[in-house]
Amino acid sequence: MACLLEAPLRISVLSEVTATSRHYVDRLFHPDPQKVLQGVIDMKNAVIGNNKQKANLIVLGAVPRLLYLLQQGLSSSELKTEVLGSELRTEVLGSELRTEGVVVLGSELRTECVVLLGSELRTEGAVVLRTECVVVLGSLAMGTENNIKSLVDCHIIPALLQGLVCPDLIFIEACLRCLRTVFISPVTPVQLLYTDPTVIPHLMSLLSRSPRTQDYITQIFSHCCKTPEHQTVLFNHGAIQNIAPMLISLSYKVRMQALKCFSVLAYENTQVSMTLVNVLVDGDLLSQVFVRMLQRDLPIEMQLTAAKCLTYMCRAGAIRTDDRCIVLKTLPCLVRMCSKERLLEERVEGAETLAYLMEPDVELQRIASVTDHLVAMLADYFKYPSSVSAITDIKRLDHDLKHAHELRQAAFKLYASLGSNDEDIRKKITETENMMDRIVSGLSESSIKVRLAAVRCLHSLSRSVQQLRTSFHDHAVWKPLMKLLQNAPDEVLVMASSTLCNLLLEFSPSKEPILESGVVELLCSLTQSDSPALRVNGIWALMNMAFQADQKVKGEIVRALGTEQLFRLLSDPDTNVLMKTLGLLRNLLSTRPHIDQIMSSHGKQIMQAVTLILEGEHSIEVKEQTLCILANIADGNTAKELIMTNDDILQKIKYYMGHSNAKLQLAATFCISNLIWNEEGSEADAMTGCQERQDKLRELGFVDILHKLTQALDPNLCERAKTAMQHYLA
Amino acid sequence: MTIGYFSTTASFRIISMISNLNNAAPKMAELGAGSMLLGDPAFNYQEHELNERLKRLYPAVNEEETPLPRSWSPKDKYSYIGLSQNNLRVHYKGHGKNHKDAASVRATHPIPAACGIYYFEVKIVSKGRDGYMGIGLSAQGVNMNRLPGWDKHSYGYHGDDGHSFCSSGTGQPYGPTFTTGDVIGCCVNLINNTCFYTKNGISLGVAFTDLPPNLYPTVGLQTPGEIVDANFGQQPFVFDIEDYMSEWRAKIHGMIARFPIGERLGEWQAVLQNMVSTYLVHHGYCATATAFARATETLIQEDQTSIKNRQRIQKLVLAGRVGEAIEATQQLYPGLLEHNSNLLFMLKCRQFVEMVNGTDSEVRCFSVRSPKSQDSYPGSPSLSPRHGATNPHLHSAGADSPTCSNGVTPPNKNKSHNKYPGVSSASSSSSSSPSSVNYSESNSTDSTKSQPHSGTSNQETRCVARQGFLLNLTWVLCSDSEMEIEAEHYTNGVAENSSTRIMNGTYKHQEILQAEDDSCASRQLCGGNQAATERMIQFGRELQGLNEQLCREYGKNATHKKMLQDAFSLLAYSDPWNCPVGQQLDPMQRENICSALNSAILESQNLPKQPPLMLAVGQATECVQLMARVRSGSCSFARVDSFLH
Repeated sequence: MACLLEAPLRISVLSEVTATSRHYVDRLFHPDPQKVLQGVIDMKNAVIGNNKQKANLIVLGAVPRLLYLLQQGLSSSELKTEVLGSELRTEVLGSELRTEGVVVLGSELRTECVVLLGSELRTEGAVVLRTECVVVLGSLAMGTENNIKSLVDCHIIPALLQGLVCPDLIFIEACLRCLRTVFISPVTPVQLLYTDPTVIPHLMSLLSRSPRTQDYITQIFSHCCKTPEHQTVLFNHGAIQNIAPMLISLSYKVRMQALKCFSVLAYENTQVSMTLVNVLVDGDLLSQVFVRMLQRDLPIEMQLTAAKCLTYMCRAGAIRTDDRCIVLKTLPCLVRMCSKERLLEERVEGAETLAYLMEPDVELQRIASVTDHLVAMLADYFKYPSSVSAITDIKRLDHDLKHAHELRQAAFKLYASLGSNDEDIRKKITETENMMDRIVSGLSESSIKVRLAAVRCLHSLSRSVQQLRTSFHDHAVWKPLMKLLQNAPDEVLVMASSTLCNLLLEFSPSKEPILESGVVELLCSLTQSDSPALRVNGIWALMNMAFQADQKVKGEIVRALGTEQLFRLLSDPDTNVLMKTLGLLRNLLSTRPHIDQIMSSHGKQIMQAVTLILEGEHSIEVKEQTLCILANIADGNTAKELIMTNDDILQKIKYYMGHSNAKLQLAATFCISNLIWNEEGSEADAMTGCQERQDKLRELGFVDILHKLTQALDPNLCERAKTAMQHYLA
Repeated sequence: MTIGYFSTTASFRIISMISNLNNAAPKMAELGAGSMLLGDPAFNYQEHELNERLKRLYPAVNEEETPLPRSWSPKDKYSYIGLSQNNLRVHYKGHGKNHKDAASVRATHPIPAACGIYYFEVKIVSKGRDGYMGIGLSAQGVNMNRLPGWDKHSYGYHGDDGHSFCSSGTGQPYGPTFTTGDVIGCCVNLINNTCFYTKNGISLGVAFTDLPPNLYPTVGLQTPGEIVDANFGQQPFVFDIEDYMSEWRAKIHGMIARFPIGERLGEWQAVLQNMVSTYLVHHGYCATATAFARATETLIQEDQTSIKNRQRIQKLVLAGRVGEAIEATQQLYPGLLEHNSNLLFMLKCRQFVEMVNGTDSEVRCFSVRSPKSQDSYPGSPSLSPRHGATNPHLHSAGADSPTCSNGVTPPNKNKSHNKYPGVSSASSSSSSSPSSVNYSESNSTDSTKSQPHSGTSNQETRCVARQGFLLNLTWVLCSDSEMEIEAEHYTNGVAENSSTRIMNGTYKHQEILQAEDDSCASRQLCGGNQAATERMIQFGRELQGLNEQLCREYGKNATHKKMLQDAFSLLAYSDPWNCPVGQQLDPMQRENICSALNSAILESQNLPKQPPLMLAVGQATECVQLMARVRSGSCSFARVDSFLH
């Protein structure tokens, strides 16, 4: 028999297998169908609320036999006639059943009994037996996760899905109830719902059968919709049209499950969201129905889920962020969900949803930041487990501990979202009690979720010049940040390195200590990452670091990065990486001595790279940046010659001076202007060099172009050209 | 963004105004107390809408006791404040040099505690020179030459810095600043005595806690050009205050429903069962009471025969066979009526009325159509009190007939063999209010007082769970320590009130009336029988004699005189059923006397004259009203009627 429990458990269970459990299973094999039915019924009564009994029966192989009986019942009508008989019905309907129900305790008892009583009234024997089998299976599924695993391994899902074809409603409901129990378990692979393409359409058609089918099917959908593909499958089979009417069902359960289903369907799904916004339910727009579900006297679960639906629709662009239903209803509702009065789970979900809602919209961030003292309210998220709970109540401590991480990460996420744009809000956040300390300790928490959220929060706040200068430095956030950067998972690395970029900005007082901590090697290794985001951040940080840096730092960067890697980055498929690499080059090639030094050692390769980029298919911005590098090179004393001796480059500069884009013209003109620069008081040989260059450039026709450019429409360009001409005259 | 808000709000308002216009006219007639009737129709319209909204927002507020703020007070303001637009617009007219030029104005009335949750909004029309505007609350007598929040018992939120000022010259960082175009709301929660503000419909969170009672809405201005408009309910609010209220309503209801009873579960159950049982017994539902007692294994104090006897007597009264009822009472409870002459007189008066009706057995025996032994009572109301609010139609029917001074024979001492020995008086208007038929103990003030309750007090009691609520309510309310002392005093009042109320069998059921109307055509005096009529006239004389005897023994009794006059007046009309005093013939009028008799019997047996259930309902109702007086805001959301379904 398919006994698939884990080994140690199996032994302990087997040792307790009693003769009675064996007896139950044996009866399922009785030749007399009537006896079999009675056996199933007795088994049902024996397992309700009894986990040990359930495990025993599974070990003894009851499941395959029950599935066999179930499928037999479905195929043969023979059994039906045999078992049929009034005798049977009276027996089943006996008071035994009801008294039994009272004796056995357990959470599932009541629901089971409802089905039970309903099923007893069936008149056809075959349906009775099948239904009883499913009820027993459902009962077994209500046990431990191991039970579910065993059931799934016995292929219960296809068998039950098969059963849904039967016309009998009670039987269908029993199947759905059992399927629901199996599918909502985390151990069941959701893909099993989608393997047979006829299943989803059939489930959709069953939605209209009864409130129970609605309840179970929407629960199954909600739990089995985990990817955009799942969303699309359900959407394509008319989930929205079929489920929308359930939002005004008389049954709260059905309304709630339908709402949950919509929240899952709409999550990050533009297609679903755009459709939802136009759906009418009983003459009302769906968004209005959702708004009504935000009413404060309704159960929190409903308010929260409705707010999620509206949030997802808003993020998908189906509802404007300045719509009344978002500003005056959804946002305040989500803020309320963060309040101390709510359960910890609700506070986590509320904060996460709110963070998601306002992430892209500064106006919503501003409104949220003044709603119900949200910023201060979030500080409470860090107070779990509280010192009180530790002493007074072990149970509460356990509960608090379990949620403490979730709470902290949710709060960090929300702070990150709140502070992503507005300087005043950032200030408000950093001024919240112990906020910076909390972030700092959050960066080194064991939970990766918390670390990630903390670094996101830090990143958001690091966009503030003022905070970089003050609180960031005061709390030495760079230390834990640097620590975090050592072998963290990619998602954390992206955020952390992005934050580091800001910390390395020239005005940041943290720049110095970070440099001293040997960050260059780390950043250079980032540039070799497979992730484009990490490469960008690595090179970006280096670029920031090189800005107005001294010779030593620049040398270290060039040495650590290596020209090979530098040129690899210059041919990176990611434009961002290319741009920042060019930016780095530009920062490296600033101030004359630095230019000459770097060009003397790497001049050849750099000129090659520049040529390559100017010849390649690149955006205006890239070419502009490249021309700026040339202009910098042209500013060097000795480096100039690398351009002057390169006719190819000079031709390219000439070409860009006549380009249709003013930015490129300007950059190219800059370059020429640097070449013809006639510095007063310079040494004589430089002077002569200058004269030669001017002559050469005149020969190449640059003077004519400059002359033309003095008439340019762009005032900057015009000005630059005039200055260059003046140097010619000098 | 901000501009976006307002355009939406504005359009929303217009729509609601249009929709209100449609039904404005018919409702105008119901304008409540405190409305100022001015000529301007637009103003009347606004006034009407204000009344409607205030009634909806604060249903528990009795405006006769505690009027709601409706405008700024022209008397309670500093001289630098100017008022316009029906005292809703405030502008600054001082120099505005420094803080010494600050000026405030209070609303006409303080916020009543019975609001539970109170809310008003202020729109900044213009921020003026510096926008030093404060919006908030202050107690009476606080210096008006200041901005709200600066002094003791004064609280404010200031626009220039967004700070909140809690009885102090220095503010605390609270919310955003506000300026021209913003709408600032101020919500006072009288349940937990806190206050929060809103800005453009967004709640800014709690600003003040531990607020004292009786605060007035207040605004203060300090520099020239500052103008603000108040909205005390004249217009829809930008913030969804009703949603906030619904949350608190749900909270309070949840608190009551989940009131912990801990170890006392059994005790409570016994009490509840007892309440149901006594109610059933009181009204003589013998079989039901017995079944209930069996199921719950409780004891019934009164023995079965006694209940059945009472039931029989009640049935007789309700069937209009008062003579038989008197006989039965005298036989079963000897001495009862002899010792209670007022009751006897009432019964006899009723008997006379029933004779006119043709239903009393003394005249019925002459009639061929109905044998005395008949067991069905057509046209009589059912025994149990029913649901249903008092039907205004029936009340007005009586009240609309102020006089009945027809050409009637002169009253009193009329010993001639006049065919119509009716006693009439020019002033004898028939008040149809059921409670006006008082029996001995109850005085007339009680009856008027109890009138508003009549709808609720006679609710019936099938559901034990519901009584659970009621009991919970009573206990919760009583557990408020503040009121315990006073509560005792009031309990007595309740007892008296509810004694009247039990009689108020307001059987204002349209079906019953219709049944009567159907038989209307065939109705004749004393069933149209000559002998019966003579018997009736003779009975009338006896009744007159009884009255005179009672006068000699106990002195004049205005109530008796009135009763007698009303009864005799019936004979003055050719069609007594359709005359100004015809109300008396309504079978529903039997209920008062019926319950009075029932109570008297019970009392004589040393049993409570009213069921504890009704006492509990009465107590709870009174308790809630008391809560309003002792400023416990939760009374607004703990109304007894919301628990009686």
